[in-house]
Amino acid sequence: MAEILETLNRIFQDVVDDKNIILKRETTAQDVDEWDSLNHITFIVAIEKHFKAKFTTAEIRSWKNVGDMCDSIARLA
Amino acid sequence: MRFLELKKNLKKDFSGFKKVKIALLGDSATQHLTQAIRGYGYEAGFDLEIFEADYDQIDRQILYSFSELYQSRPEYVILFQSVQKLKKKFYNTDISQRNLFAQDEAKRFGGLLAELNKNIQGVKIILANFMELNDSVFGQYANKTNMSFLYQIRHLNCELMELALKTKNLSICDIASLTSAFGQAAAIDNRNHIYADMAFSLDFLPYIAKGTIDIVQAVSGASRKCLILDLDNTLWGGIIGDDGVENIQVGDLEQGKAFTELQYWARELERRGIMLAICSKNDGDIAKIPFEKHPDMVLTLDDIAIFVANWDSKVDNIKKIKSFLNISYDSIVFIDDNPYERGVVRHHLPEITVPDLPEDPADYLPFLCGLNLFETTAYTLDDRKRTAYFQQELKREITQSAYTDEREFLKSLGMTCEIDPFSTFNIPRATQLLQRSNQFNLRTIRYTEEDLQHFSTSDVHLSWTFSVHDQFGSYGLISVVIGRIDGEELFIDTWVMSCRVLKRGVENLALNEIVNGAQRRGARRVRGEYTSTPKNGLVKDHYRNLDFTDAGYGQWTLDVASYKPREHFISTTKIGDA
Repeated sequence: MAEILETLNRIFQDVVDDKNIILKRETTAQDVDEWDSLNHITFIVAIEKHFKAKFTTAEIRSWKNVGDMCDSIARLA
Repeated sequence: MRFLELKKNLKKDFSGFKKVKIALLGDSATQHLTQAIRGYGYEAGFDLEIFEADYDQIDRQILYSFSELYQSRPEYVILFQSVQKLKKKFYNTDISQRNLFAQDEAKRFGGLLAELNKNIQGVKIILANFMELNDSVFGQYANKTNMSFLYQIRHLNCELMELALKTKNLSICDIASLTSAFGQAAAIDNRNHIYADMAFSLDFLPYIAKGTIDIVQAVSGASRKCLILDLDNTLWGGIIGDDGVENIQVGDLEQGKAFTELQYWARELERRGIMLAICSKNDGDIAKIPFEKHPDMVLTLDDIAIFVANWDSKVDNIKKIKSFLNISYDSIVFIDDNPYERGVVRHHLPEITVPDLPEDPADYLPFLCGLNLFETTAYTLDDRKRTAYFQQELKREITQSAYTDEREFLKSLGMTCEIDPFSTFNIPRATQLLQRSNQFNLRTIRYTEEDLQHFSTSDVHLSWTFSVHDQFGSYGLISVVIGRIDGEELFIDTWVMSCRVLKRGVENLALNEIVNGAQRRGARRVRGEYTSTPKNGLVKDHYRNLDFTDAGYGQWTLDVASYKPREHFISTTKIGDA
């Protein structure tokens, strides 16, 4: 699970082009300045690309924080 | 390029890049598209300032003359309407009107363009056409009824082409062909379309961005003019020096087909006005044998502006080709199957475009076509004659070497020049010259056809176009001068000349005409200005060489009364006065 979080963190840093951002399981979009709706879309597409997966809209909407995202990804495997 | 790479460009340093103001109007969520376009601009050396209109405001922004669009004073307006919104509009159109849907939409676009032209002088418009989406209401029968959406989209795309034919400052960003090459299914991200109203997937945005930037680049005068080709394993399979003419592969059999297809493409480019040059490590005579003897060769020596085959380095040979054709490195594409040669050329001549040709010759042509290397904004009949010019030029050089005296050589050429003011006949070619000339261009103002039309009827402007001919052939329209009368002064607003006629005396002839015009209009003084650009160092001393007086700050003046006509060996014919 820590590995998934790490990967997500790396993808997010890539999306916003900022190596200093650290995502934690409890991080939400409100906690990070750059995490606006535009970057949210970019972020999700990048995650899907990385894990070669497609999330349903319902799943995406159910995510309350980074931890939920990690759990969704873990279920893919 | 991928979307994320383009996005990363946004944080890079744009200083020193050419600033261009763009307004983007769309009826879907266009924020990511804006990021992609600005990011792609970085790749092409543009610092694009993009005004992105609020969501779905195309009509309001254009029809309301105090809108933010007009306040942003854009040089380019990009209209980006999505096929999804078009579909909605089509479905809401009364059945009885649907057969006219495309025509009505085209008319609507025509009206929007007219409004843009009215409100922004000299604006350039980029209009996205439509993905040809079959909504599966009629199945393939959609092709057999004008009541289908597919029929109306295709018709609309044709109507937009017609509109572009008639509207000089309109370019089409060809979404229809881009999506069909990319794949419609991948070009749309259903989830982001439904929930975020994004017309296209993030993966596809770089392609639209490239399509847009390609147009901006071509419009701002940077287009590619020359294709330099290697021979062995690039234009034919095998090695002519080792295999012999009967064993190289070209024609309809096996691998040969790939090379033949590439040759057909190159020949079409030549006919469009791209100059072809050969640069090969070969024995010069042997390298020409396939062109002369092989029955399946598509290209002939007549298609080649300059043929260089020897054992020198390709870098040196390309320098030679470049100076003979008098073009800049950034207008050259070099194609070679050998990665080593490509690397060396890329290293020493970084401005040249050197595509990394795929290994399999079967992939050569599709790969090159995918790069869209030869975007342009105009096509004139003159373009087709370009190769012939250089072949004549080669004959002139041979003649020149027979003369030790420059004046005797010039006399021997038997030059004639037709001098005309702007007219509907010469304005397209004159505009093209203004767009393309970088070196012999004193102020580098890229006027449009509309501007030239305006000058042709303006009381204060004088215009001259010069078309030169000699015993070896025609150079075509090779110089344009625009003068503006300002009281007792004639200001040389624009002076461009094709480098084809450098050192032929055309500048002298032109100045005689300019001074004549000044005299006729009662001006006592001619003023010229040199505005330096990275490419026009050639004419830095232009006015000094013509005996103008340095007035400082790039300004040069010439007294009309004391002017002595300059010597040249060109006889002139005139249609009308400027």
